[in-house]
Amino acid sequence: MNASTQIVIPVVVYLAASIGIALWARGRSDGATSQGFIEEYFLGSRSMGGFVLAMTIVASYASASSFVGGPGVAYRLGLSWVLLAMIQVPTVFLTLGILGKRFAIVARETRSVTITDYLRARYRSDTVVILCSLALIVFFMTAMLAQFIGGARLFQTVTGYPYAVGLALFGLSVVLYTAVGGFRAVVMTDAIQGLVMTTAVVVVLLAVIKAGGGVAQCVATLRDIDPGLISPTGPNNAVPQPFTLSFWVLVGIGVLGLPQTAQRCMGYRDSRAMHQAMVVGTLFIGFMILCVHLAGAFGRAVFPELPAGDLAMPTLIVQLLPPVWAGIFIAGPLAAIMSTVDSMLLLVSAAIIKDLYIQYRLHGDAAAMPVATLKKASFAITAVVGLLVVVAAIEPPDLLVWINIFAFGGLEAAFLCPIVLGLYWKRGNAAGAITSILGGVGAYIILSLIKPDMGGLHAIVPTTLVSAVGFVAGSLAHPGKEN
Amino acid sequence: MKQDKRGRQADREALLALAVYALYFAWWYACGYGLGSGDPETYDYVFGFPAWFFYSCIVGYPLITLLLWAVIRFLFRDMPLDADGPAPEERDGKQ
Repeated sequence: MNASTQIVIPVVVYLAASIGIALWARGRSDGATSQGFIEEYFLGSRSMGGFVLAMTIVASYASASSFVGGPGVAYRLGLSWVLLAMIQVPTVFLTLGILGKRFAIVARETRSVTITDYLRARYRSDTVVILCSLALIVFFMTAMLAQFIGGARLFQTVTGYPYAVGLALFGLSVVLYTAVGGFRAVVMTDAIQGLVMTTAVVVVLLAVIKAGGGVAQCVATLRDIDPGLISPTGPNNAVPQPFTLSFWVLVGIGVLGLPQTAQRCMGYRDSRAMHQAMVVGTLFIGFMILCVHLAGAFGRAVFPELPAGDLAMPTLIVQLLPPVWAGIFIAGPLAAIMSTVDSMLLLVSAAIIKDLYIQYRLHGDAAAMPVATLKKASFAITAVVGLLVVVAAIEPPDLLVWINIFAFGGLEAAFLCPIVLGLYWKRGNAAGAITSILGGVGAYIILSLIKPDMGGLHAIVPTTLVSAVGFVAGSLAHPGKEN
Repeated sequence: MKQDKRGRQADREALLALAVYALYFAWWYACGYGLGSGDPETYDYVFGFPAWFFYSCIVGYPLITLLLWAVIRFLFRDMPLDADGPAPEERDGKQ
């Protein structure tokens, strides 16, 4: 048996296990009513316990960029990029803590299953709902595409099999288990994927430190290559302070605006689950981010001459681990990718069938659709959307790749203020939400395109300011429209 | 949501989460840029890592997790989340 086969076997076993979970989850939704099925398929009947809640937030948040892109940059820029990555530690407790119990209670009161439900109940405005649904569908589909491309390239680099084989293998698996099992399968696989990722990063980091001759030796080698690699601002000040500080806005505050994370804050069982998840999630995400980025940075001390940073992670895995272990650990980044894609896929499907079709064709009455039809439709739409993205990833159209550049920031610009300010500021209203969405997304796209000199500041900072000011100004300019 | 006990407690908890976030930022910033702004040739080292990195990145996050645990353990309250759950007056959240 050659090395590639040995790497692939653990990956295939792992994918099969994910599909097995989906089939188990499928059984849980038997015999439900239409509303019951929707709550189950799209939100797992609000039954998540603390551990699963923590892991699903960590796993949906950790994506291809955390496992390949991020460590790749750390490879080029050294410890400064690890410092920057550690800004992501508070994401879990901040999201759960800020949206908090108020959000969970409101979601239950209004029977919301998606962020769009919540926004509809809060603002009672079709314009807000349609703008948000469109932003979600466009940005999520392009972001999923980027994840698929990243995953397939990684698979190709590590196993030597063609790009299309990797894409088909894990692309189809993720579409299948998401379509079949819905939210419950997504969060269960997320929990397992979180554990796989955590194990993967520890082993890779230890292997790198060992190959580099210990921590002190790794640091000394980096210093000899370029002293900037062990400073907090990087070689030749490549990571200036304003840029790094912008990430406190982008990943700290902004993550509250990501629908895939926020939706999890309406799906937990009780307040105890939330408390537990805040601590457990922070512990896991911090550990994972530290290990994976440090492995990337120290990787430079072991393989100093790689042509591109993105090759750092695959090279470390293949060169430092025996093939079967490499297969088990390549499952880590693949898990990160799948767990991001599955959440997005389910929300796109929810936006189409629930937020648009049931709302506008059936006037919000899910019971008008027999439960069997609803099940088939949910499965079909999830599968079709997923397959479309897989097909697009075979030869990615330039336009979609281009839109993806705006996906993360665009989602934050669209959702942050309507969700958070709407929750805490009573006078916020539909006019404010619409101004905020259009202004924020517009500002983000314009700033990303013309790239004015902002002293290293990331475009998300002025964008967040624009959307917040837009929200307040719009709400105050049209008073009386609030609930 | 009714402006009941649950609402006030929820708001207080959201502020506490923000406070922990602010403390983490302060620690991260003070250790990272405070200890690390000098010439890399003159750095102090702890367990082989530059001191700024050791304190800001390796010590910082377990420390904040511990603080978070304490805040949640002593200042957060369990409460029913259902709209039709037990009336908030019946339980003041203490377990």
